[in-house]
Amino acid sequence: MSTEVAIIGIGIHPFGRTDQLTGLEQGAFAVRAALRDAGVAWSDIGVAFGGSYESGNADSMATLLGLTGLPFINVANGCATGGSALMSAVSAIRSGMAELAVAVGFDKHPRGAFNPKPADYGLGEWYGQTGLMLTTQFFALKARRYMHEYGISEDALVRVAHRAFRNGALNSNAWRRRELSYEEIAASAPVNLPLRKYMLCSPAEGGVGLVLCGADRARRYTSRSVALRAATVRTRLFGSFEVFSPSLAATQAPAPTVTAARAAFEEAGVAPNEIEVLQLQDTDSATEIIHMAENGFCQDGEQERLLQAGETEIGGRLPINTDGGCLANGEPIGASGLRQVFEICLQLHGQAGPRQVPGNPRLGYTHVYGAPGVSAVTILERRFA
Amino acid sequence: MHNDEAPELVCPELLRRTASGWSLLGGRCASCGEICFPAQRSCAKCCGTSVAAWEIGDRGTLWSWTIQGFLPKSPYDSGETESTFRPYGVGYVQMPSGLKVESRLTVSDPRRLQIGAPMALILQPYRTKPDGHQVFTFAFEPIA
Repeated sequence: MSTEVAIIGIGIHPFGRTDQLTGLEQGAFAVRAALRDAGVAWSDIGVAFGGSYESGNADSMATLLGLTGLPFINVANGCATGGSALMSAVSAIRSGMAELAVAVGFDKHPRGAFNPKPADYGLGEWYGQTGLMLTTQFFALKARRYMHEYGISEDALVRVAHRAFRNGALNSNAWRRRELSYEEIAASAPVNLPLRKYMLCSPAEGGVGLVLCGADRARRYTSRSVALRAATVRTRLFGSFEVFSPSLAATQAPAPTVTAARAAFEEAGVAPNEIEVLQLQDTDSATEIIHMAENGFCQDGEQERLLQAGETEIGGRLPINTDGGCLANGEPIGASGLRQVFEICLQLHGQAGPRQVPGNPRLGYTHVYGAPGVSAVTILERRFA
Repeated sequence: MHNDEAPELVCPELLRRTASGWSLLGGRCASCGEICFPAQRSCAKCCGTSVAAWEIGDRGTLWSWTIQGFLPKSPYDSGETESTFRPYGVGYVQMPSGLKVESRLTVSDPRRLQIGAPMALILQPYRTKPDGHQVFTFAFEPIA
C-alpha cells in the first residue's frame, strides 16, 4: 500500500471486573489514555471506529469524550470487532479522510458462557433450543478433531494454559494474576472435553484505544511509533470449519485465519520466521495451538515439540501471548483484538516490564478469530523518529 | 411415545419419515450438486438459487465429539435446572455423502465415544413440557 499508517498512542482500561464502570466508560477511559500517550486532544481526532458486542454503541462514547462532530463509525464483527475497527481506521487514513484516527474496543459481559441468538446468525431456533449453539462446544469439537489428526496430546493443552497464567501474573492489567500449577489446570473441571475449566477463557470486561496517523506524520507527535505493516480482515470460505455450523461440507477449506495471515505477510513483505513476538487468539488452549499452524508459524503437529521445548515462552524463539492472552485477561469481545495490539506496541518499545521479550524485538504480530468465521491480523514494526 | 402417535419434534423441517424410521432432510444444489444441512434457498458454494430437498440418511461415522458439561443458558429450553442438568454428548457425524452433521449424541461417557465409530440416527426426547409432554430432537447413538 502506498501510505503507511502508524500507531502513535495506546491506552487500556485494566481487564477483569470493574463494577463501578460501564463497558462504554471503560472504552472512554482507554481512549483518554491513548490520547494522552499520543499528546493530542479528542478534538484533534478526524474519525473514529469502534465497537462492543454487548456494551452499547461505540459512538455513544462521544458524549463522554466530547461532542466534536467527528464521524464515529460503529463496528460489529464478533471477536474480530477490534481488528475490524483498526483496519477501518487504517483505510480512512490511507484514503486521506483524516490525519488522526481512533480505533476503540470495549465490553462488559455477564458471568458465564455467551448465549447468542440463532436468528442473528441465520440459524433456526432449534439450534439454540436443543443446546448446540455454544462457542465452547465448537472449540472442543475442533480441538478433538485436530488432536486426532495431528497427534496433539492433553499435555500440550495444559502447557498452553500454564504459560498463559504465568505470563498473566506478570501483567498488572490482566484479570487473572495468580499463577496456576500444571496439576491444578490438568485436574480442573471438564467444561467441554477435551477442554477443562482453566483451558478456556471467560467472558470479562475491559477497553483498549489506539490513536493512528500516517507514518510520515508520526514524528510530529511522538519520537516512538509503531508502523502497521499490514492490517487484514478475512471471512470464511465455503468448507472451512467454523463456529455455529449445523453441518460441515464434505471437502474442507482453509480457515479465514489462513487467508488473513497470508494476505498480511504478503502485504508486509515479511515471512513468519521474522516475527519476534506474537499474539494469537487463545479463547482456549487448543485454539492457540491450532492458530500457531494456521498463521504459518509452524507445521500442523509441530506444536507439541515447540511447547515442550519452551519455544513459546517469553524467552523462547516464538514468544506467544506474553500478556497472558485471553486465558489470563478474560474475553471482553470488542476489546480483545486491540489488547493484542496494545501488548505488541509495549513489547516493541521495550516497555513490557517483567514480561519484556529479550533481544529488542522489531517485528510483532497479532491475530483474532471470531464468529461466524472472521479473522483479523496485524503485522507491526517498531519505528523511531 | 406410542407407535401410533406422531412425536412432537422441535425441528420437523429437518426430518423425514422413511420405511425403516427417520432420515435427516437437507438440500442439494441443482447447479453444483453440493449438499447442505439444513436445507437453504441458495447454495453457499456456487451461489445457485435452485436447491431441492435431499435425504441425508440415518447412518454415519463419528468425526469429532465433546461432552457438554454445563447447563447452557437460554435459548436452551430443556427445562433442566443446575441441579437436574445431565451432561450430554455433542458431535459431528460424517454421512455417506461426506457431509458432517452436528448433533446431540445419546451417550455422554467418553469411553463410549471414538472417532470413526459407526453411528445411527434416532429421535430423543430432550425436553419435558410442564404438562409432561415430551419434545423430541434428532440424535446419534453408537451402533453396538
